[in-house]
Amino acid sequence: MPIQVLMPALSPTMEKGNLAKWLKKEGEPIKSGDVIAEIETDKATMEVEATDEGTLGKILIPEGTADVAVNTPIATILADGESAADLGKASAPAQAAKAAESASPAEAKAEAPQPKAEKAPAAPPAAVAEPDPEVPAGTEMITQTIREALRDAMAEEMRRDPDVFIMGEEVAEYQGAYKVTQGLLQEFGARRVIDTPITEHGFAGVGVGAAMSGLKPVVEFMTFNFAMQAIDQIINSAAKTLYMSGGQMGCSIVFRGPNGAAARVAAQHSQDYSAWYSQIPGLKVIAPFSAADYKGLLKAAIRDPNPVIFLENEVLYGHTGEVPKLDDYVIPIGKARIVRSGKDVTLISWSNGMTYALKAADELAKEGIEAEVIDLRTLRPMDTETIINSVKKTGRAVTVEEGWQQSGVGAEIAARIMEQAFDYLDAPVARVSGKDVPMPYAANLEKLALPSVAEVVAAAKAVSYR
Amino acid sequence: MAAPKKSVAKESGQEKANGSPPEFTKAQELAALRDMLLIRRFEEKAGQLYGMGAIGGFCHLYIGQEAVVVGMQMALKKGDQVITGYRDHGHMLACGMSANGVMAELTGRRGGYSKGKGGSMHMFSMEKNFFGGHGIVGAQVSLGTGLAFANRYRGNDFVSVAYFGDGASNQGQVYESFNMAELWKLPVIYVIENNRYAMGTSVTRSSALTDFSKRGASFNIPGQQVDGMDVRAVKAAGDEAVAWCRAGKGPFILEMQTYRYRGHSMSDPAKYRTREEVEKIRTDQDPIEQVRNRLLAAKVSEQELKAIDAEVREIVNASADFAQRDPEPDPSELWTDVYR
Repeated sequence: MPIQVLMPALSPTMEKGNLAKWLKKEGEPIKSGDVIAEIETDKATMEVEATDEGTLGKILIPEGTADVAVNTPIATILADGESAADLGKASAPAQAAKAAESASPAEAKAEAPQPKAEKAPAAPPAAVAEPDPEVPAGTEMITQTIREALRDAMAEEMRRDPDVFIMGEEVAEYQGAYKVTQGLLQEFGARRVIDTPITEHGFAGVGVGAAMSGLKPVVEFMTFNFAMQAIDQIINSAAKTLYMSGGQMGCSIVFRGPNGAAARVAAQHSQDYSAWYSQIPGLKVIAPFSAADYKGLLKAAIRDPNPVIFLENEVLYGHTGEVPKLDDYVIPIGKARIVRSGKDVTLISWSNGMTYALKAADELAKEGIEAEVIDLRTLRPMDTETIINSVKKTGRAVTVEEGWQQSGVGAEIAARIMEQAFDYLDAPVARVSGKDVPMPYAANLEKLALPSVAEVVAAAKAVSYR
Repeated sequence: MAAPKKSVAKESGQEKANGSPPEFTKAQELAALRDMLLIRRFEEKAGQLYGMGAIGGFCHLYIGQEAVVVGMQMALKKGDQVITGYRDHGHMLACGMSANGVMAELTGRRGGYSKGKGGSMHMFSMEKNFFGGHGIVGAQVSLGTGLAFANRYRGNDFVSVAYFGDGASNQGQVYESFNMAELWKLPVIYVIENNRYAMGTSVTRSSALTDFSKRGASFNIPGQQVDGMDVRAVKAAGDEAVAWCRAGKGPFILEMQTYRYRGHSMSDPAKYRTREEVEKIRTDQDPIEQVRNRLLAAKVSEQELKAIDAEVREIVNASADFAQRDPEPDPSELWTDVYR
């Protein structure tokens, strides 16, 4: 029976890709290991190798097709003795591409709530979003991915200030492990876009030292999981020096990179450090959700004279959103944003947690519960005022985070609400969080370990006694 | 590349590594004597104040190692940066920071370099290009490499000097820094102050390779063992290393073979070594006595040397007075300097 070749998943977070090129024609013989096609992901162009032998029977997806979902049949391979007449029988899809072994994660993930957001702009739904006070009415908006917004923010700041440079693993010649620094080497050269050895502790220290001397480094960690190697330099050197020097010597530096769970990368690569860094006086901690916020807040972080932890999310990198087309779009650090107004319950989240919160708000609306959704955007300093004002209005609050519950950011928010709005509460604050386990690898377990829309909906209903 | 010089250190580790160092002029000898004396008298006073309870927490004295920072400082020029670990009082004084400011920081007063918020291990002076004073063993090595990175980035010809001990030499980030420094040809001098004990653990018990000048060998960083008790040898080695760095050839390692007379910190009874060992070095190799003896042999009068001693004692006594008289920080200072 003919074998179907499926669109492979080529990275843990890939859900679709462009079929850039077919390297084999219909009727051509194929050996295992032959490169049969090129596929563009949001990160790179990858070659697809055949794992079966036979003849390329039919190309189902022509080259140049964009946004082909993972696991879509893209071609059929005929085994020996089969002919084009057998094509109709093709069934039992086999994973024909080697890289497709990593397809299952994305496939499973596709049922998880957050990837669906990729199909629509991840930015706050326009219909319900409060207008952004930072953007003048009538400003032209451009649609771009979060990774593009990040790159533009860095490029703009590097053009503006010759003391700004970026260092990290694979940021230059490789164009960024997640393609966030794409094109920066070409524009700014190797002096300002610096590939480091795999040496987090060391290059974090070098960055802090350069910052103490007055430069403004942007230090990229391939993921914040690896920054644990460097956390001493971040906390003991970067965060504390201004205080320890009586205000003489500070450190203007940004540590940035993906934080939290990606998809199917298991315990050591899936930790959320929001709570860790947000505990440290001397650090500012930013964890945006929308593309516009990624841009405006990264620019603010680079300009800030203090050490800033900029927590990104790999799952969101490919998401698109509307970014104001302004010469200099800078969002003040420390200001939350009410993304959706409501009177019944306040949902408080940040970064990818917003995906669950916003979808939950949609679900709740169907049941007549109007949720107000706050995107914290900055975790330290935390915009307590916006939270408290909202809770005074709704009397109910649910926090949503991917990190663990104990000593988590949600715990901190709950404490502040208790301290400052106790008399306004109609129910105890509820926390939806990552489960209290290391991140499991198995698709079903991983899904269970993360928060879900259903959990947010249930929590919102519980605090509403409904 | 200059091949690392061969170690001739004998068991004591204190033999001169490179024959007799170039002689100092009388003016250099006098300046070195004065600067080393200042450090010694300052540290003796700090020890005294600690005993009186005026200084709290940790207090790591530099007594015995004075020739290292004084000789190195003589090889530097204005604009070069210095960074070190927690045994830092000597480095600050050698950089020209005021005794009053350092002592008042030790007593936790508002006139201290960090307004009383840093203490013994955390002092800085942007004016004197002294970048601390760091309490985490080895952290200053990466930071000092970053200072050199900034010099390279700006295209100036300044060098940074990162001091650390034989103990810190076993930290991982030291080697991460060595690798980047040589890879990017950063102008940084790594001065390893080998005082033979990482707290209470002797180098032979903690280090697989006790010739620290070779610690950069796998990165191709040249290194040299230096008699760190002879200020002339330190200055000569410093000159060589500085020239290497300023010429854009990358980092250089200097292992200063030195000795601390006091315990690791004030609370260390130093049971890990004999009284005789300490006494022998004090008698035979004291860095200050070496200079004093040379000056006396060169017919400099006792009178002149006593005048230096008197000047230094006056500075130190004044700093101790200031540091005890100066008020503690205003309580409102608790909340300042967290953010800019």
